[in-house]
Amino acid sequence: MTADAPRGVDAPPELVQLLTPEGERIEHPDYDIELTAEEVRSLYRDLVLVRRIDLEAVALQRQGELGIWASLLGQEAAQIGSGRALTDADMAFPTYREHGVAWCRDVDPVKLLGLFRGVSNGGWDPAEHNFHLYTIVIGSQALHAVGYAMGVQRDGAEAATIVYFGDGATSQGDVNESFIWASVFNAPVVFFCQNNQWAISEPLEKQSKIPLYKRASGFGFPGIRVDGNDVFACLAVTRRALQNAREGQGPTLIEAFTYRMGAHTTSDDPTRYRLADELEAWKLKDPIERVKAYLFKNQLADQEFFEKIDAEADALGKDVRSRCLALPDPPPGAIFDHVYAGAHALLDEEREQYLTYLAGFER
Amino acid sequence: MTTLTLAKALNEGLRRSMEDDPKVLVMGEDVGKLGGVFRVTDGLQKDFGEDRVIDTPLAESGIIGTAIGLALRGYRPVCEIQFDGFVFPAADQIITQLAKMPLRSLGALKLPVVVRIPCGGGIGAVEHHSESPEAYFTHTAGLRVVACSNPADAYTMIQDAVRCDDPIIFFEPKRRYWDKADVDLAAPGLPLDRARTVRQGRDVTLVAYGPMVKTCLEAAAAAEEDGRSVEVVDLRSLNPLDMDVLTESVTRTGRCVVVHEAPVFTGFGAEIAARVTERCFYSLEAPVLRVGGFSTPYPPSRLEDHYLPDLDRVLDAVDRSFAY
Ligand SMILES: Cc1ncc(C[n+]2csc(CCOP(=O)(O)OP(=O)(O)O)c2C)c(N)n1
Repeated sequence: MTADAPRGVDAPPELVQLLTPEGERIEHPDYDIELTAEEVRSLYRDLVLVRRIDLEAVALQRQGELGIWASLLGQEAAQIGSGRALTDADMAFPTYREHGVAWCRDVDPVKLLGLFRGVSNGGWDPAEHNFHLYTIVIGSQALHAVGYAMGVQRDGAEAATIVYFGDGATSQGDVNESFIWASVFNAPVVFFCQNNQWAISEPLEKQSKIPLYKRASGFGFPGIRVDGNDVFACLAVTRRALQNAREGQGPTLIEAFTYRMGAHTTSDDPTRYRLADELEAWKLKDPIERVKAYLFKNQLADQEFFEKIDAEADALGKDVRSRCLALPDPPPGAIFDHVYAGAHALLDEEREQYLTYLAGFER
Repeated sequence: MTTLTLAKALNEGLRRSMEDDPKVLVMGEDVGKLGGVFRVTDGLQKDFGEDRVIDTPLAESGIIGTAIGLALRGYRPVCEIQFDGFVFPAADQIITQLAKMPLRSLGALKLPVVVRIPCGGGIGAVEHHSESPEAYFTHTAGLRVVACSNPADAYTMIQDAVRCDDPIIFFEPKRRYWDKADVDLAAPGLPLDRARTVRQGRDVTLVAYGPMVKTCLEAAAAAEEDGRSVEVVDLRSLNPLDMDVLTESVTRTGRCVVVHEAPVFTGFGAEIAARVTERCFYSLEAPVLRVGGFSTPYPPSRLEDHYLPDLDRVLDAVDRSFAY
């Protein structure tokens, strides 16, 4: 691939795929998966609902209700597939675009919106969902995940840890150090890299000369590339990697080969750096359309089912919107809350001084 | 004279530097086709090529570490750190290597590396995009630390920084990137290590740098309506500090208020307060006061207007100074 050619138009041969873009089910010798009709419908529902949350968030940003938003458009299958592979006991460490994984972990989407609206820098209790806080500094969370997994290992618990990051993040020292740690300590962790081909304006070629999944071998653990737009394959591959981790076989790097359909964030202008044909080529690989085609072809769902899901998505969109608009600004005193677990004299003094100063304006 | 935004003035300054010296390189994340997330490097790759305007891998320690190597080989890298909060992955290279290698070589090595950092808040961003990390770097001997506050200075300061043989941390006030002003592209500008009195006054000296200079000028204008004559000093250079301008000013006005966005506690203002007190003790009518952020992390954006010093908080401090 040269820097200017549309990337990902021809799927790389080593890609694990179980469902083609046309909705054909295909077999894989190592990674097959049995899914009931009900399970497939449920995956479809998740894909549609998280896309709707995302679209609503983009609209809210455009209307000035969110400062910024990092859209997951195009990456739904990678997130829902991997997210649904997790058991309740597993722990997930996201970056800032994992709205689909958050959905699988039952985090209220409005809490995600709150972060981008600027009412908090997090807003949920990670322990309640086994879904850690969003991390904005690229790559930091990879080391946290490995440390957490080392804790799980010491506790002898039946659980795995998964950490999400992008293609750009693989350049960071922290991510490379996390590979080393995971490898030498045989930590029960799965590295889930969503290779969406771009790190803001920089194509994958600016981060790596080799396919990302191959990085793993240099660190001494397996790497595997999966069709990131195929929810079945993402589910199957992640489930296996998590199981291996739980069974003491150590880490796996999964590279979900996918595409960022929108801008990097709502502040970005992708027309400055990427070609329109690339986008067109990837549209044909849409993660939702292929499950829909599969359900239709195999008569596992009828028109009524799809309408019902659409209606549910509409209702969810409305609900998310109205609750986002209703999010109040925190009171000024909140600046001083939760900075320390214990009492802190300087902070108490500053809080009192500032609130007194503010009260002066009311007189 | 031409009218430029601060971002464009930096862009023009970088362009001049690259034209003047083929050893000057620009490097960082997204600095090429995108022109940087703030477009400060817009068009440079088109005109100077990918060998001189380098889109780097997403790795800040890598950016500074390789810039050090390039400098050792005679190049003059100008590194962009995308946002203030992302300089920390590079802190090791900056603090343990960039700042100290010239000394280690007893002066045999020069490291003319500029580290550009868009800094400060006020743009409604998420975490790590609004910080003021200057104190970490002013505390590190071996670095020069400067902060521009307006387009004309930005234009000359960036060129002087690139020409300088020492490593420089170059702060750019991101919420002022879009402010416009006249820039004389032929004028040499004030030397990099000098402070400038940007407004004359008799009663109190406001000391600021970067984004807070504009806030202080607004406060000074408002104070004038109340009959107070406020002087404003733009430090420009934080390390070294131009104590001559400060001493002269405070000796005359007898009052001093330092304003910055970073937390007050062990912030850069503490250094100014201590030095001004030492130099001007017998002229001072009141203790040197500081206005800045709280001893908390930068808050979520819906609260940033409370955290950031504004005109009212500056005027309140001026009032307190007069109350002594
Ligand atoms: C340490 C650090 N440096 C720079 C940034 C600014 N930044 C935010 S996202 C991004 C690109 C990330 O690309 P990638 O890892 O591929 O993830 P994607 O957003 O494409 O999912 C950059 C450079 C950051 N957040 N953290």
